[in-house]
Amino acid sequence: MTELESTTADRMVEVSAETFVDRQESRSLSRETLFSVSDLTVSYGGFPALAEVSMEIHRNNITAFIGPSGCGKSTFIRCFNRLNDLIPSAKVEGTILYHGQDLYGPGVDPVEVRKLIGMVFQKPNPFPKSIYDNIAFGPRVLGMKDGLDERVERSLHQAALWDEVRDRLKESALSLSGGQQQRLCIARCLAVDPEVILMDEPASSLDPISTTRIEDLMHELKRDYTIVIVTHNMQQAARVADMTAFFSVRVSEGDGRRTGILVEYDTTQKIFTTPGDKRTEDYVTGRFG
Amino acid sequence: MSTGALKLEGRSGRARAKGWFFYVFLLASLAVGFIALATLLIDVFKDGIGQIDRTLITGAPNVIEPATAGAGPAILATIYLMFLLLFMAVPIGVATSIYLEEYADKTRWYNRLLDLNIQNLAAVPSIVYGILGLAFIVRGPVGIGRVLLAGAMILTLLVLPTVIIASREAIRAIPDSIRQGGLALGATQWQVIWRQVLPAAVPGIATGTILALSRAIGETAPLLLVGALSYISFNPTLLGDFTALPIQIYQWIQQDEAGFTLRAAGGIIVLLAILLTMNAFAIFIRNRYQKRW
Repeated sequence: MTELESTTADRMVEVSAETFVDRQESRSLSRETLFSVSDLTVSYGGFPALAEVSMEIHRNNITAFIGPSGCGKSTFIRCFNRLNDLIPSAKVEGTILYHGQDLYGPGVDPVEVRKLIGMVFQKPNPFPKSIYDNIAFGPRVLGMKDGLDERVERSLHQAALWDEVRDRLKESALSLSGGQQQRLCIARCLAVDPEVILMDEPASSLDPISTTRIEDLMHELKRDYTIVIVTHNMQQAARVADMTAFFSVRVSEGDGRRTGILVEYDTTQKIFTTPGDKRTEDYVTGRFG
Repeated sequence: MSTGALKLEGRSGRARAKGWFFYVFLLASLAVGFIALATLLIDVFKDGIGQIDRTLITGAPNVIEPATAGAGPAILATIYLMFLLLFMAVPIGVATSIYLEEYADKTRWYNRLLDLNIQNLAAVPSIVYGILGLAFIVRGPVGIGRVLLAGAMILTLLVLPTVIIASREAIRAIPDSIRQGGLALGATQWQVIWRQVLPAAVPGIATGTILALSRAIGETAPLLLVGALSYISFNPTLLGDFTALPIQIYQWIQQDEAGFTLRAAGGIIVLLAILLTMNAFAIFIRNRYQKRW
């Protein structure tokens, strides 16, 4: 195991260093704050799963959340579109300001939030309907009925899926491959004109080629959208993200409860080359996690 | 295993005999049900197939001449009951199961109590529903008398728990990822239920519901209690006296004359045909709308 780990780590550092040289100049990072998270704590049944997170997410950036299992990164990303509301025992404290408005403020309708902040899930979840109806579902329920065909086509183009499905729009979405299904889910999300796309490990169930396509797509999409991605795969974070947040687990000394905490948040380059925290360094070099 | 020589011979004869015995036991169990059903069917068809004629299906019953006795009003009433049941039990049952599966917070005691009660209601004998119907629908607060609608209402109550349980199973089988996918696009909970969950649950709901209905159509006891008459010579109306096919069959069997017993066998075949048609319809719907995930 030790040998395997160290080779993985070596390779990873190498890959990420190369990646940075390549992309260095193309990165003119936007510093316009879109989300401002302060003191966010999420509890399930009274026990915090994620505690006291504060960070800012910038517009037209790709922001990655990395960290070991159970560090609360998926819980965290689900706060941005209020998907944790579906779990009765979940409680969110603190604030997430979106364009300066608290997403958890009184009078905020989660349905309205989710129109603007779309999500792509870990496992592709196409509806058991035709490819066309999958894309059209969002616009239909939101009453965007004009130019539906064009909207469907545009979304499929944006998700780099149009050429593969143009002749089979009436076929079941379930007949697509896993990678195509995930791009369909991205297209479905784009069809309702969101501003933000949340991606919860979007490539973890896909093969390497499909993964590459999704990553390329993310680079395309960040021109028009703000992307937040949770990933288990550190190379992926290094390849796609402008900013990276490293989360870890704090084990309580008393009862051994595990709570996710934000350890370090910085540019991806800094996180992977000169992290400020020992725990981040251990994680990105493969010594832990 | 890792140290010894490779051994590919079978297990001991004893272990093999056990497996064989179990297989025979399974076949025997299957045979019990199958032979009983086959005997019943053969017996009924032997007596009844010659009885199927126009008079039986459309004619009015009489107690004098078996050859001219028909079950027309009873067949019609049974078909009425079937549709009334469909229009009362399905909406109420599906709505209840949507509440229980999609809206109810299962950590609340009252929802758990509801859940438990529905499970129990499914096991209540049909005669008890008959007594309830007599007390509350025929007489009592509703007091609409011994009419077809009362019979339909009581059968609705009888099948509701089964419809609810079947619909809940169907709704529960829809993966959460579908709901989350819909909600994440900005759909409301109702839109997700109406456009995603229910269409996908149709096969399960239809199958469970129609099986429950066909069961109810064969019920006799509760209908006797709410006043289905055994002798009705005119076609039923919603708020008039009524009979039903199982009751007509029961009445014929009780007659002394052998000809009426044969007439009963014919009635049974008609009842079976109605039930099989319903079940075939359920299978058709299931196959038509079935989706893989």
